[in-house]
Amino acid sequence: MYVAVKGGEAAINNAHRLMADRRRGDRNVPGLTIEQIAGQLALAVDRVMAEGSLYDPDLAAMAVRQARGDLIEAIFLLRAYRTTLPRFNNSTPIDTATMRIERRVSATYKDIPGGQLLGPTFDYTHRLIDPAMTEDGPVEPGHRRPVESDACAPRVTDILNGEGLIEPDVFSNAEPSDLTREPTEYPVDRDLRLQALARGDEGFLLALGYSTQRGYGRTHPFVGEIRIGMVDVEIDMPELGFAVTVGSVRVTECQMVSQFKGSAGVKPRFTRGYGLVFGHSERKAMAMSLVDRALRADEFDEQRLAPAQDEEFVLEHCDNVQSTGFVEHLKLPHYVDFQAELDLLRQLHEDTTTATIDDDQAPLSEAAQ
Amino acid sequence: MTGTDALPAYNFAYLDEQTKRMIRRAILKAIAIPGYQVPFASREMPMPYGWGTGGVQVTASVLGPDDVLKVIDQGADDTTNAVSIRAFFAKVADVATTTKTTEATIIQTRHRIPETPLEAGQILVYQVPIPEPLRFLEPRETETRVMHGLEEYGLMHVKLYEDIAQHGHIATTYAYPVKVEDRYVMDPSPVPKFDNPKMHCSPALQLFGAGREKRIYALPPFTDVVSLDFEDHPFAIQRFEAHCALCDARNVYLDEVVTDDRGGRMFVCSDTDHCETRRTEGHRGTGLPQTEGGETASTSREAAE
Amino acid sequence: MTAQVSTQIYEGGFSDPVFGSQTVFRAVMDAMANPGRVIDLGQLTQAPAPLEPAAGAVLAALADYDTPLCFEAQNNADAAAWLTFHTGAPVTADRANAAFAVLVSRSAVGTWSDFAIGTSSFPDRSTTLLLPVEDLRSGKRLTLNGPGIEHAADIAPAGLPEGFASAMGENAKLFPLGFDLLLVCGSELIALPRTTRIMEN
Repeated sequence: MYVAVKGGEAAINNAHRLMADRRRGDRNVPGLTIEQIAGQLALAVDRVMAEGSLYDPDLAAMAVRQARGDLIEAIFLLRAYRTTLPRFNNSTPIDTATMRIERRVSATYKDIPGGQLLGPTFDYTHRLIDPAMTEDGPVEPGHRRPVESDACAPRVTDILNGEGLIEPDVFSNAEPSDLTREPTEYPVDRDLRLQALARGDEGFLLALGYSTQRGYGRTHPFVGEIRIGMVDVEIDMPELGFAVTVGSVRVTECQMVSQFKGSAGVKPRFTRGYGLVFGHSERKAMAMSLVDRALRADEFDEQRLAPAQDEEFVLEHCDNVQSTGFVEHLKLPHYVDFQAELDLLRQLHEDTTTATIDDDQAPLSEAAQ
Repeated sequence: MTGTDALPAYNFAYLDEQTKRMIRRAILKAIAIPGYQVPFASREMPMPYGWGTGGVQVTASVLGPDDVLKVIDQGADDTTNAVSIRAFFAKVADVATTTKTTEATIIQTRHRIPETPLEAGQILVYQVPIPEPLRFLEPRETETRVMHGLEEYGLMHVKLYEDIAQHGHIATTYAYPVKVEDRYVMDPSPVPKFDNPKMHCSPALQLFGAGREKRIYALPPFTDVVSLDFEDHPFAIQRFEAHCALCDARNVYLDEVVTDDRGGRMFVCSDTDHCETRRTEGHRGTGLPQTEGGETASTSREAAE
Repeated sequence: MTAQVSTQIYEGGFSDPVFGSQTVFRAVMDAMANPGRVIDLGQLTQAPAPLEPAAGAVLAALADYDTPLCFEAQNNADAAAWLTFHTGAPVTADRANAAFAVLVSRSAVGTWSDFAIGTSSFPDRSTTLLLPVEDLRSGKRLTLNGPGIEHAADIAPAGLPEGFASAMGENAKLFPLGFDLLLVCGSELIALPRTTRIMEN
């Protein structure tokens, strides 16, 4: 007797119920609060906001909890919500020169106006698992320096630009492209590439950035500057005639000072790779700046040979919501197509057998089946 | 965000109106240029890419409150993803659903075309993973777009002919490329080539949605759809020796069901509605015991829905 | 111009934009998929003159910020203001950049080549023309064939421009490039996509 082993609504509902049960875990342990996730797993929340391209720590924390800590799943949740949101306005470009800096380091100068500021970094921690993490002991508050009223921390790239040693920033009032609103048409401009990279998978960009350091599209990078902190978001109000601040966001910016380049009539100067990411996300911002620079190969007449220089390859594969969907869809039923392949394979086996029996007989065509 | 006041609220059929308008315009151009892939700004959907986001966006943009929706995956209404997508539209659009091909105004499908011939006025929406038929020959969109523009399809014929040289057959059994109105080579989505002839001059409107790849294309009713082939190796569909073990149907696409680990297998209709309809009409296959046990088997399929 | 625009522009949009535009879209899709079929869009919108009701409904359902509209007539201020108010669509005089173009009755076909016909890589980037006619049934019989038509379909629109059939023939020869055209009259329309071949009897 044949009973189809197929799913159904009941199976799906039961699976969801079991998943919710596993998500909650031991009921004797208090459930996670959104405040705990947003406050104590802040870097996970930051990654979800960055790759989900939606700045909302509470919603991102909810997504992390709902996804049981699977960050790509949480990113997906945020993206699927983001896509339904109406657009009221576009902000003016944020100005990272006026950032309220929490961390700022430069690898190109020993000291810089405004100073180097380590901030909350893992960089010089010894990676020894800390027994204190098993309990909720007292933690001393961090030292805070008083804000100087004339505090000024010019961007390192602006300092270099003052001497004409680096390609200047390009100012533009043109409306930037938006890959979530328009289908991508290659080749694309740098604004769209940067958008894709800012949303792109940290691991994928990390590997690509790393590959450029190992000779696959080398760019001789120096970290001009990394800065992390809060910046104001402003929107223009035509009715008022000026921009108003609607809030502030934490961002990480990396300016990678890269291989210098000159040409007839232009003195050689350093080139730039740029990374800007929501939240505290240094690894991602650095990887992004390496890949941004590698993708600018055509601008500097560099031969495009390495994966990191290949715009279509990088942009088509950097989105982890797309990648995970298509890789994981292989687990959906494919038995109709598999049946078609089985059928052909058996036919080919039959052909071989027939040919062995009678060498003169031509292989059967499908029409003869 | 605090409290429930900011919890998400969604539009009819999930998509916002601006997105629907954009997709609707793409659909109209797709109908005007049969077989040509219209780029569209695909949205993130609440199901993963690969699960049918393109088909879902097309259906959501076309769907109205009077429609009757059928969703199939592998020909079956009761596969998990078909159940899930049908439940999605029942929830976000409160639309009537059916498993009957003849009752549906819109049928969303993955990998099959129903056995029951479609009628004028019906809309078949295909979920498409890779809409570009030339993609496996040339991975770059910049190149394939030019190839379509120039109607440069030699590479495809070379590939099919290499199969013949190597295997004695064209080794493509599903997603078998077709030429539309003697102009565009089109990917029919991963339906078995068995279903290709059903696309030719169908009275129904056929719409194709590829979400991750951001393409929509279409076949208006009564459009020429020809499977690529060669004079000495004409296109031919799969033919099954077996009849459906449940409803005794012939000349339908069959799923092979492995019944034990000693080579035992039986074949049953891939199209569950077709099979159930035939059994209701009294057709019985050899796989059904001629006792009441047979009724148990068929009832349990329905109960699983 | 805006000073003379009447208050009429704020009225006459879809009373239910979600279902109204869905209904109109499905009717237009039906028309495009079945060239030659007369489709009634109903009375879901009330566009100001000289916009034909069907043209108003099509644009109310399908136009927005992303679709520049072009008006051939000079006396279009009310219609343009109505559409911009209800859809946000910008009005353009640049024919090659128009997504939709509202023609005048008996529009000069020789000027239609100014509209977008797409490119070989993107033939979809072409203008959809809306041509008002006097009547959709009482004119000279034209026979159609092509995708969407089982064998042949007859239409008989009255008040077509001079040289219409040959202009459409030239357009069809451009395939896959070309514009797509909707004949509008009252609340009804007939679609003639670029694939449709027209024969004068």
